Amino acid sequence: MANLFSLTSEQITLGIKNGDFSAEEYICQILDRIEKIDVKINAFITVDKKGALEKARLIDRKIRNREQNIGPLAGVAVGIKDNICTNGLKTTCASKMLNDFVSPYDATSVKRLQESDAIVVGKLNLDEFAMGSTTEFSKNGPTHNPWNIDYVAGGSSGGSAASVAALECAISLGSDTGGSIRCPASFCSVVGLKPTYGSVSRYGLISYANSLEQIGPIGKTVSDVVMVMNVISGKDGEDHTTLERVPKYTLNPSKKNIRVGLVKELVEGADPAISKCIYYAMDVFSRLDFKCEETSMNSIRYSLASYYTIAMAEASSNLARYDNIRYGFDLNPDGYEWNMYFSKVRSNFGQEVKRRIIIGSYVLSAGYYGKYYLKAQKLRSLLKQELKSLFKKFDILIAPTMPLLPFKIGDKIDDPLKMYLIDIDTVIANLSGIPAISIPAGFNNNLPIGLQIMANELQEQTILDAALLFERATNIQRSPEL
Amino acid sequence: MVLTVNIGLEIHCQITALQSKLFCSCYSDYRDKNPNNNVCPICSGLPGSLPLLNQRAVELAGMVSLALGCKVPDNIMFYRKNYFYPDLPKNFQVTQYNSYGITSIGAEGKLEYDESKKAMIRRVQLEEDPGRLVYENSDIDTNFYTLIDYNRAGVALIEIVTEPDFTDPKDVRIFLNKISSIVQHLGVCDTKLEGSVRCDANVSIGSKKKVEIKNVNSFREVEKALAYEITRQKTMSIHDIEIKAETRHWDDLRKITKQARTKEAEQDYRYFPEPDIPTIALGNEFLSLLKTIMPELPDERKNRFITDYQLSEHIAQVLIDNKEVSDFFELAVNIYPSPKEIANSIVTDLLAFIDDSNQKGSIFSGLKIEAKHIADLAKLVDENTINRSTAKMILRQIIKTGELPSQLARKTNASKIDDAGVISEAIESIFLREKSAVIDAKNNANAANFLLGKVMQLTKGRADPKIAFNLITRKLTESN
Repeated sequence: MANLFSLTSEQITLGIKNGDFSAEEYICQILDRIEKIDVKINAFITVDKKGALEKARLIDRKIRNREQNIGPLAGVAVGIKDNICTNGLKTTCASKMLNDFVSPYDATSVKRLQESDAIVVGKLNLDEFAMGSTTEFSKNGPTHNPWNIDYVAGGSSGGSAASVAALECAISLGSDTGGSIRCPASFCSVVGLKPTYGSVSRYGLISYANSLEQIGPIGKTVSDVVMVMNVISGKDGEDHTTLERVPKYTLNPSKKNIRVGLVKELVEGADPAISKCIYYAMDVFSRLDFKCEETSMNSIRYSLASYYTIAMAEASSNLARYDNIRYGFDLNPDGYEWNMYFSKVRSNFGQEVKRRIIIGSYVLSAGYYGKYYLKAQKLRSLLKQELKSLFKKFDILIAPTMPLLPFKIGDKIDDPLKMYLIDIDTVIANLSGIPAISIPAGFNNNLPIGLQIMANELQEQTILDAALLFERATNIQRSPEL
Repeated sequence: MVLTVNIGLEIHCQITALQSKLFCSCYSDYRDKNPNNNVCPICSGLPGSLPLLNQRAVELAGMVSLALGCKVPDNIMFYRKNYFYPDLPKNFQVTQYNSYGITSIGAEGKLEYDESKKAMIRRVQLEEDPGRLVYENSDIDTNFYTLIDYNRAGVALIEIVTEPDFTDPKDVRIFLNKISSIVQHLGVCDTKLEGSVRCDANVSIGSKKKVEIKNVNSFREVEKALAYEITRQKTMSIHDIEIKAETRHWDDLRKITKQARTKEAEQDYRYFPEPDIPTIALGNEFLSLLKTIMPELPDERKNRFITDYQLSEHIAQVLIDNKEVSDFFELAVNIYPSPKEIANSIVTDLLAFIDDSNQKGSIFSGLKIEAKHIADLAKLVDENTINRSTAKMILRQIIKTGELPSQLARKTNASKIDDAGVISEAIESIFLREKSAVIDAKNNANAANFLLGKVMQLTKGRADPKIAFNLITRKLTESN
């Protein structure tokens, strides 16, 4: 039999529904693949063999019994970033602090995937509490880039992107606070979407920076991403920040003459090989009869500073709850005075997390709030305003996803500022709440380059139309030989 | 030197009217439950959980704001107050904050109390209650460990913050009574439940450093705590001892304030807007909704009592101070429409039997009295069947037995003696015993009253005093 593990979501569901193969056959191949490959990639923190097989058999039974209620993602193997809660399965955030945490509930997005008959195969590696851009800050060690295992996979959803590129699952959920879906999608040559803020429920996503982050899908193709979005998006009674009306998405590009703006500052600031690739992408769009033009964004200068100030401020408060009283890891409090115990517990955060908590506490403290936090919020409003006027002129904005190619593991780990700088292209979408996708755009020295497409709030369909047409026009390789 | 005293209050009222907590669907009533059984991922702060705002809580807090004369802004927001404490599941409290623009449910209010005094209300805010720390030994320092019960965590609180305008602890008590009556009338808070109302106070004298007094668990104790603290500060001032800005706890047993172990005054709470709860637009619709659901307020009710029932200002105020008492009054009036007599009997007689330290259930619980009893009693008085002093005796009895006053009066022959013959007999014997008084009485009207007193004594107060007095005067003129 052909390699079932390399199929796209659409092919899997169709194959299972048509009886070409069973969900169990498929999932067994996936589990074998994980066992064989993941020693090299280190994408998974937890693999749920038993749960995956049970679910596969349940789907097969439904199909044998010709039941009507077969979900739109029937049989599709999905991996979940390990900062998204899964009932009964450990959710660790790749942190010692949550080493033994088993959530008593499912995140809404996970619940919706389960209900649509996707099969959760396991939990995926990330930077501790999603704080990082390379998946090197994980208690489980770094995730390796499937295209070159000496290189970083990007982050913080490194496990989510690498597992899809390495064909260990068909699709995955990541979370994107400042680029954490798009960065690894770009580095691993897969498709990753950060949806409009409020279109996917954050209930069950372990908060890093609530006002910036969204759960989103990673898949091999635009079609994968559309199928997942149609399942996970929409109003959720468990999350006040979800929007009332979130549209469904289609794969029939209808809109002609999409107006494209290429963001000059971001292209100029990137590695020349990447800039070249983005101009090439603009040519592709031009050939598709899109109206392409270069444009400029002034507020980009401030976006990184604004982003890190807000993200760290929120993080410092979000991470305050980890005191190892109600959940956490194994540490006997006997003999400790409260403050001593608390310090002992909190010393278990990794370096990068500690750094962000300290900076975040600082920018919120008396006397500095106005100087840092409020100023960052003002810049955020400025950026939103500028985007608003840009989207009067353009339907989509294009830019590189990452200003540089994947680099070697360990290259930047000792220089936090250099590390923060690589988020320059992605934080725009988080600060403004707009949707943005990264799709494979080419290679340089066999290392992937991602094209980023942004659109106005809730205009995912325009992004998906453009991405789909680009995907069809270019046919760029998704998964490497391993 | 006269030192000015400034007292400000922070009053916390649990919204006991709610079924569920402020941000989740756990029961709001956490009392008498097994520890840590009334919790869910949200109120125990599990990773990934998000707050879901209780709409009804916003309405009730809105009503309290209006009742305290506050402005209700068009948009309200929630903030995080960050501090580490074991009873806080998230190590921050979701609350409201006005330093970056007014976004609390109420602000800049004014409340009149004690007839013409005014208290300025700085703000009314909604926030979540923390969990409870439980110690095995009552002396905290002797415990080897602390138990945490999160059942209370997330219960909705309304915090009322006043300007530091009070100067007299007595005024504070009267003001707190009024607040208590308002939240009762609004149906927001059952103030009798243990811990449902708490008050922190800050005191400074001579515009010096502010001292916070915490841990005062009933309104009754606030006056005592304040009086103690003012005396303490004044004494220190006289002896030129520096008063420190600090937090002091009220020791309920020893009736003193004592220095708190932690330096809470220096905390930096790092407030910032709660990102998980978007700004809530209230606007005119909300205000008109509030006006339609707003029950009658104590002041309105008092005015109604004065105009409709012709009660005196004082009597009306006493009834209004406690909603249960005023409800009881109106029930009785509905049964037998003699408001003055009923009010009189409640205020002068019945309230004396009420132990308002009773924390559970109705203030009338323990007394076998219902509105119909007071109505019946008032009827007996109005019909001259018994006089007021007999009514008081009957009341003393029936609150224990639950018997109807009319039945008891009949049974014990307590009814008024209005038979002229019976009264004349009594007068006859008094005239024989008090000869000198009888002679005096012929010239001195006051001595006639003395004779009447004697007759009443003899008849154990049952003689109709009007008939008796007439008979005495007649007998005195006859014997002239």
